[in-house]
Amino acid sequence: MSKIKAENVNVYYGSKQALFDVSIDIAEKEVTALIGPSGCGKSTFLRCLNRMNDVIEICRVEGSIKMDNLELNSRKLDVVRLRENVGMVFQKPNPFPKTIYENVAYGPTIHGIAQSKEEMDQIVETSLKKAALWNEVKDRLDEIGTGLSGGQQQRLCIARAISVSPEVILMDEPCSALDPIATAQIEELIDDLKKEVTIVIVTHSMSQAARVSQKTGFFHLGKLIEFGPTDKIFKNPDNQQTQDYITGRFG
Amino acid sequence: MNSFKKNLLKKRYNAERRFQWYGKIAIGLALSFLAVFLFQIFSKGYSAFQKTWIVTEVHYDKELLLIDAESPSKDDLENADYYDVAYKAMTSLDPGLPEEEDRQLIQMVSYKYEAEVKDLLLKNPDYLGKIVPIKLTASDDVDQVHKGNYPRDIPEENRRVNDYQLQIYDMLNERGDILSEFNISFFTSPDSREAELAGIASSFMGTVFSILVCLAFSFPVAVLAAIYLEEFAPKNKFTDFIEVNINNLAAVPSIVFGLLGLGVLLAVFNLPRSTPLVGGITLSLMTLPTIIIAARASLKAVPPSIREAALAMGASNMQTTMHHTVPLSMPGTLSGTIIGLAQALGETAPLILIGMVAFVNTIPGTPVDPAASLPVQIYIWSESAERGFVEKVSACIMVLLAFLILMNLAAQIVRHKFEKKWS
Repeated sequence: MSKIKAENVNVYYGSKQALFDVSIDIAEKEVTALIGPSGCGKSTFLRCLNRMNDVIEICRVEGSIKMDNLELNSRKLDVVRLRENVGMVFQKPNPFPKTIYENVAYGPTIHGIAQSKEEMDQIVETSLKKAALWNEVKDRLDEIGTGLSGGQQQRLCIARAISVSPEVILMDEPCSALDPIATAQIEELIDDLKKEVTIVIVTHSMSQAARVSQKTGFFHLGKLIEFGPTDKIFKNPDNQQTQDYITGRFG
Repeated sequence: MNSFKKNLLKKRYNAERRFQWYGKIAIGLALSFLAVFLFQIFSKGYSAFQKTWIVTEVHYDKELLLIDAESPSKDDLENADYYDVAYKAMTSLDPGLPEEEDRQLIQMVSYKYEAEVKDLLLKNPDYLGKIVPIKLTASDDVDQVHKGNYPRDIPEENRRVNDYQLQIYDMLNERGDILSEFNISFFTSPDSREAELAGIASSFMGTVFSILVCLAFSFPVAVLAAIYLEEFAPKNKFTDFIEVNINNLAAVPSIVFGLLGLGVLLAVFNLPRSTPLVGGITLSLMTLPTIIIAARASLKAVPPSIREAALAMGASNMQTTMHHTVPLSMPGTLSGTIIGLAQALGETAPLILIGMVAFVNTIPGTPVDPAASLPVQIYIWSESAERGFVEKVSACIMVLLAFLILMNLAAQIVRHKFEKKWS
């Protein structure tokens, strides 16, 4: 079942076009990986899905992106509500310089999700458990989040993202700053999360895309070259460019 | 290695060594200037923290005081006539002196000696009718003689202390009746035309009030302007224009702000002249750009990833700014503010223009009372002819420097203690 349906998305930075007619169907409760060489537009596309491109003044998005029939690329859309439903995890772990508890509780606080302190404690605990971080931090929730190790910080960011129970989580190269062990933990986590959430992950690591995703899209020079089941993309792509990229001949 | 390469390498090392020496010489020069400056100030000024007293005896004679009552009340003591008693206390130092020469002795103490005689009795009513020792503030001339700042070997007609007075001084000094104590009144008294009585209380309070007014006006305006410009305003030609103008404002000579204060605050709004209120507002025009620039710089220094994290959680622009960016930028903003205030603290020219240069011999209790300020006090005293003011100028500079050092220290502490580390 399709969760997000993008049709003919064009993105411009000033006069420079970054995405050309991208159309993609992202299935619900699956992991969709977006791969491609640097500067191919995969992150730009990802940021269209929670309107993070609004921050960049010169950025202009055209086309239609529908999530459950709600048009995302519309002036009338309430981005605050959208971002409550579409969480994001960034390339570099960016916890707030506040306590671990406050980091996770921030979203529920501003969206008024918890009614009481007990409820908030519960949300924090569940989120940290889902992010596989609870056992490591349960005794030091009042320590500063930025004092954790890189992998722990990234899991804290995931806990923060899932604290408001989003339907979609966008991940922008979430493991590029992490070591192999932390990466493995995050990948395991992604596998668990997809039971409840739709995940779109941008990654530079093709092996990671192959490991965690069900669908893969290959971007090149702002165009979506090929999109399909991960197995097919990696074993038997239709397009020669995809074939070349997968086998490491360019990119 | 061929000789060309060797030479080149040697040249590079030499160039580096020379460069390091230039740097060391530059630092040495700067330090020696500072040392000379501080030595000048301290060697001239330290004696101002000592006050010279002349000890004599006073007879609180009821008849001379014109007190009739058997057991006089506080009011009786308050209204008594102290002229003769005080006069006698001084002339008793040399009973042989002809009456017409008495002034020579009276001139050795400050003109407030009568009030000092009165205060002692008011504090100790049981002294009435007794002969008790009393400390009287020495005149600035005797004070300077005692501190060794006054040449004794120039001809008598060129001296403010004549031979007879020197003789009395030497006699008193031998008896141990010239006292030198810590000069509390320098900190508690307002300005005076007499060097021995002049203190910094009025200008100190004037400075404190000016700085508080300056803070109250400039901090909120500057911080709001900085937050709006940095976090909300669209980047276009108009905001560029504003930014250029804020930077220009920071470079405007302070005297221009003084004229603005004079022309607008005094002439148009009719605010009270010579007051810290007007001074503070004028100074706040100066600190405004400094704080805006510091606040914007520290807002800029907050990593964009923090803003993205908050926005991606669904925080509004306002929430992102108030919950994350502004708290993280506060240490930088505050230390910028303190540095801006420290600049304002040393400002003289604009305050002279708005009339804070007036002679004020009361201690201001509110920002709308007339007052001077420390740098203006330095200016006023440095214009005075009396030798006694020379050391006061240096002492006032020391107080101002101490104030500045404290503020800069506070800025450092705020910056280092509250600065949060990210990633």
